[in-house]
Amino acid sequence: MNIHEYQAKQLLKQYGVSVPAGEPCTTLDQARAIADKIFGAGHPVAVVKSQIHAGGRGKGTFKTGFQGGVKLARSVDEVVSFASSMLGQVLVTKQTGPEGRKVQTLLIAAAETIKKEFYLAVLLDRVNSRPLVMASTEGGMEIEEVAAKTPEKILKQWIDPSVGMMPYQARQIGSGFGLKGELFNAAVKLVLGVYKTWWECDASMVEINPLCIIETPDGKQSLSAVDAKISLDDNALYRHADIQAMRDLNEEAPLEIEASKFNLNYIKLDGNIACLVNGAGLAMATMDIIQHFGGSPANFLDVGGGASKEQVTAAFKIILQDPNVKAIFVNIFGGIMDCNVIATGIVAAVKETGLRLPLVVRLEGNNVQAGKKTLTESGLTIIGGDSMADAAQKVVQAIAAR
Amino acid sequence: MSILVQPDTRVLVQGITGSFGARHAQLSIDYGSRIVAGVTPGKGGQWFEHNGNKVPIFDTVPEAIRQTGATTSAVFVPPPFAADAILEGVNADLELVVAITEGIPVRDMIQVKRAMEGKKTRLIGPNCPGIVTPGPGKDSFGGCRIGIAPGYIHKKGNVGVVSRSGTLTYEAVWQLTCRGVGQSTCVGIGGDPVNGTTHLDVIKLFNDDPETQGIIMIGEIGGSAEEEAAEWIKQHGKKPVAGFIAGATAPPGRRMGHAGAIVSGGKGTAAAKIAAFKEAGIGVAPTPSEMADTLLRMMR
Repeated sequence: MNIHEYQAKQLLKQYGVSVPAGEPCTTLDQARAIADKIFGAGHPVAVVKSQIHAGGRGKGTFKTGFQGGVKLARSVDEVVSFASSMLGQVLVTKQTGPEGRKVQTLLIAAAETIKKEFYLAVLLDRVNSRPLVMASTEGGMEIEEVAAKTPEKILKQWIDPSVGMMPYQARQIGSGFGLKGELFNAAVKLVLGVYKTWWECDASMVEINPLCIIETPDGKQSLSAVDAKISLDDNALYRHADIQAMRDLNEEAPLEIEASKFNLNYIKLDGNIACLVNGAGLAMATMDIIQHFGGSPANFLDVGGGASKEQVTAAFKIILQDPNVKAIFVNIFGGIMDCNVIATGIVAAVKETGLRLPLVVRLEGNNVQAGKKTLTESGLTIIGGDSMADAAQKVVQAIAAR
Repeated sequence: MSILVQPDTRVLVQGITGSFGARHAQLSIDYGSRIVAGVTPGKGGQWFEHNGNKVPIFDTVPEAIRQTGATTSAVFVPPPFAADAILEGVNADLELVVAITEGIPVRDMIQVKRAMEGKKTRLIGPNCPGIVTPGPGKDSFGGCRIGIAPGYIHKKGNVGVVSRSGTLTYEAVWQLTCRGVGQSTCVGIGGDPVNGTTHLDVIKLFNDDPETQGIIMIGEIGGSAEEEAAEWIKQHGKKPVAGFIAGATAPPGRRMGHAGAIVSGGKGTAAAKIAAFKEAGIGVAPTPSEMADTLLRMMR
């Protein structure tokens, strides 16, 4: 699960990580009140940040033509003016796709003078199954770019999970940043706090980019997590009611939310051949084989190992809501599950939805003969496939023929 | 021989009284596997009965081992209790623990892996279909089936199969069986980002197993385990290996069903894995329909 920047900063703050003073808002009145507080506290500049689950906000464009999802403001009125151009509008960035995302929340925060930028992240190193704290002096840049061009500038600390991150490891990062005195001590505390956030929240990724040395108007320097991104391990959400409450359904595709209610794993794609498959690996492979034969998959859909008739019907209804879909490919390897149960579910779903699109079904496995008989005797136009390849070619041809 | 488990392997099932564990314990018994004990805390002293077989249930793994000589465990307990169940088997010095459970938090598995360092137990999974060593009977009856794979699709023979995905394993096995080619052992290592046994671990075992003459390795997007296995095969592989990587069409940054199936920061792409396979002389099946044929062409 992904959360918004302002939510990530709330979590980080709970673990002692300093973030710029600021608050989220959803209305112009709230925006004005927050701006009053920020300027009232003596900060000369505030930043208005669109809260969507996608990067590239600063360089994004609203569908209204308004440029930039992140804006610096020098007065309360300017904050309110930017907020009115952003709230409720659709922001398109390089990560949102052309459809963009509607901005429903803004983060309004103090914008301090930035003296230097660093990068800091915690993630899982899959090679040795240990948490990895990664840091770089090249803040603001994408870490992949730094890794490719100047790998020597990346500092890495692997964490032994039996003892957690030790202070000496955080000191190595502070020293690698080239910090001294109070800033060094602040870096050690901050790095430990970021690691603790990752571990205790069951995060899959915590990324602070940039982590900044900021200078307040009185000339005092300190460290601050100016931008932050956190994604969480879905499997661990059951033990974090507070984080579950941060889920923003506005950021998820409506069909994906609908699918999750039926325990179906659905991901919408851009093609026109809908897939209904059991098993995640087979579902990915089904998308691949469609493309191999010149077609384009409309979705990933895993109905799981023990799909019921109701789930199959629900799955059909969901894939048919995608207006791009021109044909359906059902690919089931019923190892333990009864193919006849699936076949009965398919027949019921086709009748219930009044399906008119070409439907290719490849059934294999337990009780497959009975399943095929059910499909044949239904009187419906269902194209059978002998193998995955045969069925994939038939579904691609079915679209070409229309 | 075969790898990891043989038809006479004595298996205990942790979570045998849950509906999932019970169903698959029954199917394993029907397949002729030696399910010798069940473990469900609080239900020690009861019996698990199926088709005239009576399997004793114990409160703890060590007690089950003492009474029945079990060497291997299948873990079916729900995610919040799975790490505890795995470590109970590890600390009782089982040879093998096969964790079927899907949905264990990554943090729990990080701790399990750390706690397993220096222990003799091998862990397969979690979030995996398990292991099958096919038997000599009809529909491979009489083999060792640990987990949730359909037994009847197998055939005793000489091809080893290793995969992160359950249904793609079945697909490969069924393609082999339909062509009259049997399997030595089929291992599902699971779709999670932290797992007990990697592709490479299983490939090494197959490489040393005299009964295995060819290998099918099935991978998917995410991580770099397939690349590591390919690199080793290039140096040390003694047997033909055919492979398939699922997820070439998956959008970056999205988790494709399996927790570990994600392309992040440009890493873990299908293209990179396929390139590593080719570089290592692994036959890459152009479609998932041709996994068996690709290997059989190489073995001819």
